[in-house]
Amino acid sequence: MNATSDTSPMGANRIVPSAPASSAGAESRISARDVTVHYGEKQAIFGVSMDVPEKSVTAFIGPSGCGKSTFLRCFNRMNDTIEGCRVGGEITIDGEDIHDPALDVVELRARVGMVFQKPNPFPKSIYDNIAYGPRIHGLVKSKAETDALVESSLKKAGLWKEVSDRLDQPGTGLSGGQQQRLCIARTIATGPEVILMDEPCSALDPIATSIVEDLIHELREQYTIIIVTHSMQQAARVSQKTAFFHLGKLIEYGETEQIFVNPKEKQTEAYITGRIG
Amino acid sequence: MTSVLIAALALILMGVAYQQGVSRSRALSGASRLHSRPQYHGAFLALWATVPLLLVLLIWVVTSGMIQDWYIARQLPADILPGTTDYASAASRLRNIASGFGVAGEVAAWETEAGEGLARFMTILRLSIVALGALVGIACLLVMRARLSPRLRARNHVETVIKTVLIFCSVVAILTTIGIVLSLVTETIRFFTYVSPVDFFFGTVWNPGYSTTSNEASGSYGMLPLLVGTIMISAIAMLVALPVGLMSAIWLTQYASPRLRNVIKPVIEVLAGIPTIVYGFFALVTVGPALAGFGEMIGLDINATSALTAGIVMGIMIIPFISSLSDDIIRQVPRAMRDGSLGLGATKSETIRMVIVPAALPGIVGAILLAVSRAIGETMIVVLAAGNAPILRFDPTEPVSTFTVTIVTALTGDADFASPQSLVAFALGLTLFVITLMLNIGALAIVRKYREQYE
Amino acid sequence: MTEILETEAEANTRRRAQVRNSLSRRNRAEQRFKLLGLGSVLAAMAFVAVLFGNILTNGLPAFWQYNVDAEVYFDPEVINVPDVPVHQAGQSEADFQAEMLGWQRRLAMVNWNRILVASVEGALAEAGADTEIDARSAQSIIDSGARFVLRDMVLADPAIIGERREMQLLLSADGDNWAKGKLSRDLPDDRQQLSRPARDAIDRLEEAGIVHRAFAWHIFTNVDSRSSPASAGLAGAFVGSFYMMLVVILLAVPIGVSSAIYLEEFAPKNPFTDLIEVNINNLAAVPSIVFGLLGAAVFINIFHLPLSAPVVGGLVLTLMTLPTVIIATRSALRAVPPSLRQAALGIGASKTQMVFHHVLPVTYPGILTASILGVAQALGETAPLLLIGMNAFVANVPATPMDQSAALPVQIYLWQGNENRNFFEERTFAAIIVLLALMIVLNALAIWLRGRLERKA
Repeated sequence: MNATSDTSPMGANRIVPSAPASSAGAESRISARDVTVHYGEKQAIFGVSMDVPEKSVTAFIGPSGCGKSTFLRCFNRMNDTIEGCRVGGEITIDGEDIHDPALDVVELRARVGMVFQKPNPFPKSIYDNIAYGPRIHGLVKSKAETDALVESSLKKAGLWKEVSDRLDQPGTGLSGGQQQRLCIARTIATGPEVILMDEPCSALDPIATSIVEDLIHELREQYTIIIVTHSMQQAARVSQKTAFFHLGKLIEYGETEQIFVNPKEKQTEAYITGRIG
Repeated sequence: MTSVLIAALALILMGVAYQQGVSRSRALSGASRLHSRPQYHGAFLALWATVPLLLVLLIWVVTSGMIQDWYIARQLPADILPGTTDYASAASRLRNIASGFGVAGEVAAWETEAGEGLARFMTILRLSIVALGALVGIACLLVMRARLSPRLRARNHVETVIKTVLIFCSVVAILTTIGIVLSLVTETIRFFTYVSPVDFFFGTVWNPGYSTTSNEASGSYGMLPLLVGTIMISAIAMLVALPVGLMSAIWLTQYASPRLRNVIKPVIEVLAGIPTIVYGFFALVTVGPALAGFGEMIGLDINATSALTAGIVMGIMIIPFISSLSDDIIRQVPRAMRDGSLGLGATKSETIRMVIVPAALPGIVGAILLAVSRAIGETMIVVLAAGNAPILRFDPTEPVSTFTVTIVTALTGDADFASPQSLVAFALGLTLFVITLMLNIGALAIVRKYREQYE
Repeated sequence: MTEILETEAEANTRRRAQVRNSLSRRNRAEQRFKLLGLGSVLAAMAFVAVLFGNILTNGLPAFWQYNVDAEVYFDPEVINVPDVPVHQAGQSEADFQAEMLGWQRRLAMVNWNRILVASVEGALAEAGADTEIDARSAQSIIDSGARFVLRDMVLADPAIIGERREMQLLLSADGDNWAKGKLSRDLPDDRQQLSRPARDAIDRLEEAGIVHRAFAWHIFTNVDSRSSPASAGLAGAFVGSFYMMLVVILLAVPIGVSSAIYLEEFAPKNPFTDLIEVNINNLAAVPSIVFGLLGAAVFINIFHLPLSAPVVGGLVLTLMTLPTVIIATRSALRAVPPSLRQAALGIGASKTQMVFHHVLPVTYPGILTASILGVAQALGETAPLLLIGMNAFVANVPATPMDQSAALPVQIYLWQGNENRNFFEERTFAAIIVLLALMIVLNALAIWLRGRLERKA
């Protein structure tokens, strides 16, 4: 199921990303080369290559079914969990191939956290939701350490003030926006370097959305964030770089401002202006 | 013979009536538009013709016994007083002569005469009832036929009848429950006239000494030994079934490829389709001796028929029950929950143990309750393999007895139905019914709540 | 700023080391857990294999029993009966019947055992054995049911008297056990079931090929028997079970389907229908033995229906199967898309028409499968039947559902309790094979019909 060298016939479609001239200083820690994904017989991603800069927000946009979520899930190998899904090509983080058999997927996912479309707190207390990751990874030794980590994670997610007095209540009892921030806090607690967000606000109301967006803004200081969104406005608000996908292909990738103001590709322009979607 | 005749008569009447209705309404349809299609007019008439016939016959079935008794009473000599055993035996002699079955011993002349008279009387009566039924049916048919008109709402009438039949069918399930409860309760009350409820529910000795006079309770009827036996066997069964069933469900839902799963699941479910008598015999002949032999090997005295034997085999029987229920429940845990845990870097087993199973726990508890209720009510395995020793003890290697075993022994013996030795079966049955009912209601409530949570 | 960044990088490195350290332990735990799951599945499959292996290895041999090829001489000296009566002119029917009965009684009184003993002696002579055999021993070799076989042959054709016939005579239960090697040869004479001459005779005859195995068709065609266990069969149980299933199909299926239709399509949502709903769900989980108690108290004790009758068994099993049929039919009805209902109502069908003409036909495969599975389940049910007297020994094929009868699962129960364990253990396994085979056929039928009907739909 893991990546074997997939000989993609779609090499011609490969997009060589334009050098990010304006984002000087941002190293490229994550890079994807000629990534393909098949679901059974059906190909979902066609030879995508890109470099994702460190400590910034990169947005994936495109009409639904364009493969942006599928591509996102390649970065922490979540596609492994789907029956019949094969990933080809090469993805490296800090130069390490994530499909290297020597690399345990557990280790990869501890480094590359993920926040999902629908808030999915575990049926446990708020405290145990946060402590879950650190405990399974053996990151905390004592109760005091766990307490501290839970507090700092909740603080980073901006949820501490709201829940500090009811940490023993079930996480499922929170509101939708709070649940999503709890999931972000849960991800932060394992100390990832990269956070993948798969349409994190699609199930939230506008107020909760704006809170989460503010949070993403703050988290950028410390984490490399890749966010999939179906809302162009959101991409414009939170991201520094934007990639536009269409029918499983990367059409255009560049500075967010450039993509929205001055798209180079016809298809991008058509999408931005609402002619395809 | 008569029943075939009556059935044929009813069918003919029905067919003729239907035919009449259809042709008559066709003729009517020339004049103006019909409210209902001709078939409904046919069905309407068929119902009107057959139902009165059946009603007459029903009345006959209910009353024929009484009429026969009345006739016999008139035939018997006055010196045989009603209500005595002589009367009853004389009456049954007459009935047997009438039916041509014959009786033992000398047959008095008056008996022959009375018996033949009875047979004649009943035959004439039966034939006239059939004729009466047919007449009533035909009369209804003719009257209703005259009332057929284009505006007759025949369809609505027929549909009302259909709906009534449907409602009646749904009530059968309720009647069954009422029947169960009433019969258990009345017989239990009868039992409690012999044995005090306190002695029954809290007694520690079970020894219903089979006395010759059935009207006195000479033995002791303490059900605690049976309760302990029942609980012990159910507990052993759950100890076998729960880990194997739950882990199988987990492996099949989380680890097995769909192809493997489609092969293995039906194989395991075969266990659920095997009749319990087969398990019982398997336990008695194969598992019991094997366990005894194994016990001998490790220096433990295990009886071939014991709580352990019955419990283990019952556990095997319950495995598919637990595994398919858990399978359903685990599959209802949203995928997002699983992804959330995997996305944090948890291994598959960590995800299962710490997220999926806790999330499915209420449903699994419900499944366990259902399985326990099944184990408690299971009969044939324990009848054959538990050894039937109603003694209060807690050693699983010894023979025990259970509610169900004792019910079977009580009602398959020679004891009179009205004796406490037989009636105790109903008291035990009622206890069993109440226990399983509570377990089921609890389990169904938990499972329903669980389903709603993820819908 | 640089300092903070460094600590952050350090923290990352520390965390990665911690995660890596935990990996081997966690992967071992993962492997253990996975093995545990696989082990459970294998254990469950092993149970299936052991159960079926056990049943087949123990039960299949019972279908082949030992027979003696012997020449039977219908010796007129032994069969000392007058000529078969013929209907005389002017004789009344009743007188003829009485005369015939007398003749048949004479026939039944014949010492058939002498004929059998002579046949065994003849067979031994044919085998060239010089062993003398006493009448008792010779008689103990042959199944006692053979007497009735001979009698029936004469009854059917009186002209046979005085003739010789080549016949296959069934070995007695003890003889069969001995030939199959199920009796220890080391036991002293006084603890053997068969006398020494009888044992020797069987051995000789087997060496000569005169005693040999043949398929025991009589298991399917004979009724149960206590006096001649070797020829005991399942015919009565078959017919009894057949009658019961007939009752179940005729009652449980129509009532269950009607009930489901009402509850799913017509019933208003009110406390009463809620009660029916809860009631059906609970009824489905009531232990089967409780239905037996209901049968004993209501059908037997109040309505005075006959004991051991298939019709009573059928009624009890009907009540037991009803919830299964109702629940399955309801879920089949629920699976019908609402669009179909709306379409039917939209073209002006009444609600009844919609249900019976449009919705119900779609659910036939589901209802059919559920009904067959319910019947299969009822076929194997034992406990409630014991309580309505079906554990009685019945040596007849029931002519009507009102007659006393055995049933397949009860026959298994009766045979397992037979004192002649040595012979009947195998026989019980054979009956189990027959029962399971019937259930497998029913299940296969359900699957096949479902596939066929669904393809058509």
